[in-house]
Amino acid sequence: MNSVNLTCVECPLGCSITVCLKDGKVESVSGNSCPRGKAYAESEVVCPKRVLTTTVKTADGRILAVKTDNPVPKADLMKLMQRINGIIANTPVKIGDIIVKNLIEGVNLVATDYLE
Amino acid sequence: MIDKSYDIVIIGGGPAGLAAAISAFDNGVKNVLVLEREQRTGGILNQCIHNGFGLTRFKESLSGPEYAYRFVKQVKDRKIPVLTQTTVLSISQDKTITAINKEYGVFTVNAKAIVLAMGCRERSKGALNIAGTRPAGIFSAGTAQKYVNVKGYMPGREVVILGSGDIGLIMARRMTLEGAKVKAVCEIMPYSGGLKRNIVQCLNDFDIPLYLSHTITQIHGKDRVTGVTISKVDQNKRPIPNTEIYFDCDTVLFSVGLIPENELTKGMGVPLSPRTKGAVVYQDRQTLVDGVFACGNVLHVHDLVDFVSDEAELAGLSAANYVKNGASVHDTIDCVNGKNIGYVLPQKIDKNLSGDVKLYFRVANEFKNCKIVCECNGQVLAQKKKPVVAPGEMEYLVIKESEIKNANGQITLSLEELL
Repeated sequence: MNSVNLTCVECPLGCSITVCLKDGKVESVSGNSCPRGKAYAESEVVCPKRVLTTTVKTADGRILAVKTDNPVPKADLMKLMQRINGIIANTPVKIGDIIVKNLIEGVNLVATDYLE
Repeated sequence: MIDKSYDIVIIGGGPAGLAAAISAFDNGVKNVLVLEREQRTGGILNQCIHNGFGLTRFKESLSGPEYAYRFVKQVKDRKIPVLTQTTVLSISQDKTITAINKEYGVFTVNAKAIVLAMGCRERSKGALNIAGTRPAGIFSAGTAQKYVNVKGYMPGREVVILGSGDIGLIMARRMTLEGAKVKAVCEIMPYSGGLKRNIVQCLNDFDIPLYLSHTITQIHGKDRVTGVTISKVDQNKRPIPNTEIYFDCDTVLFSVGLIPENELTKGMGVPLSPRTKGAVVYQDRQTLVDGVFACGNVLHVHDLVDFVSDEAELAGLSAANYVKNGASVHDTIDCVNGKNIGYVLPQKIDKNLSGDVKLYFRVANEFKNCKIVCECNGQVLAQKKKPVVAPGEMEYLVIKESEIKNANGQITLSLEELL
């Protein structure tokens, strides 16, 4: 059995979490202050994921803030950035509008700002 | 032309100003005006495209523009007038505001109450005395953030960042995602000024090295930055000879602290605190000038916008009460920082105001296993234990109304280390 120490990134508290693993499976999670911390720790030791926030160009030459509507594998972030940087969004656009459907594993890229 | 007289004028349309306007309106004062310098309201949130805003307030992780929009929309729904691209030039003691914009030129408006919500600005490189010439490629982290996130320009390709405050950490990740190589983040203190989660998700995730107790001692390059030399520093923050490390880079970002933007506040004679660099306030966020309130980063620099919104709602409510009821008589006790505390806010407590008082504070250093104690004449009014505290994270302690009523002298907040 081995243990992994993590700092939770779910909220500003930044809890120090210890995950005990046995045969690569999570045995226990301690140190978290909330269920989100437990879920983060369980995911972090198997496949770390992050919400990606960035920008895309718009057809009329402006910049639009976007994010993935769910966490995506950390290992794929740079690859996804390359794809996203080639995307041109149409305006007008509202917060929450899907810019790219199913960017990866069913996760969409959505607008986080509005442009008239 | 716009109206000349308002019940409440709010200076600044960032998160603090918007929340104050909504709160004043909802508490019965409808004749409110917001003055904003930029093209759109929302303030710094518009360029903070990363997520993590709103976890306390909305129980979800929003990006800056998403968080701002929740307030922008409420202001719109209430039809609260907002003048954008309008710079306030001065405010007089009788609450006449002189401002300028393209449409009206220089104009004045009068207010019964004013809410100061101008936010803060970044400390610049000039404040740091770093050797070298003046090449291109040196930016404050916030300026770089505006270039990348709002204008769509990359400020450089190879980057060294001085200062590990949250904006510096966020920009280390942002520049990396956009294809730059961030070679180092240097921090003069032995600990980071940023949130722990930002160390993890902005630096560790991308293998960006953090050099604690290091500072930039020289910036190289004539027309454009060609590199920087960093050095380790001793306990007195003086560079130690022969510890230099050289990095090739074309860009240096400074994330070396935020300063409340209080020129207007000073100009109208509102007393400031040397510790917070913002106005001295009562618990309702009224300054020492009757009818002038302050909230958000102009009052003290916050880590979380959620707390800015809370504070602004309080200031908006207090301004509305002032308009409805007029000036009140204060029964004041001072609230001061004792041992190991950097600052405490409010600095004045008015015993005539009702309700519990939430004391916001920053500790002076990193401590483990400690107790925060609030006392008055040897009597403990409130206390709490903390496993870890750091100056980078604002904390609070609530004093019950009953304890305030019994307090009969200066209140001191201090931190005791537990063995």
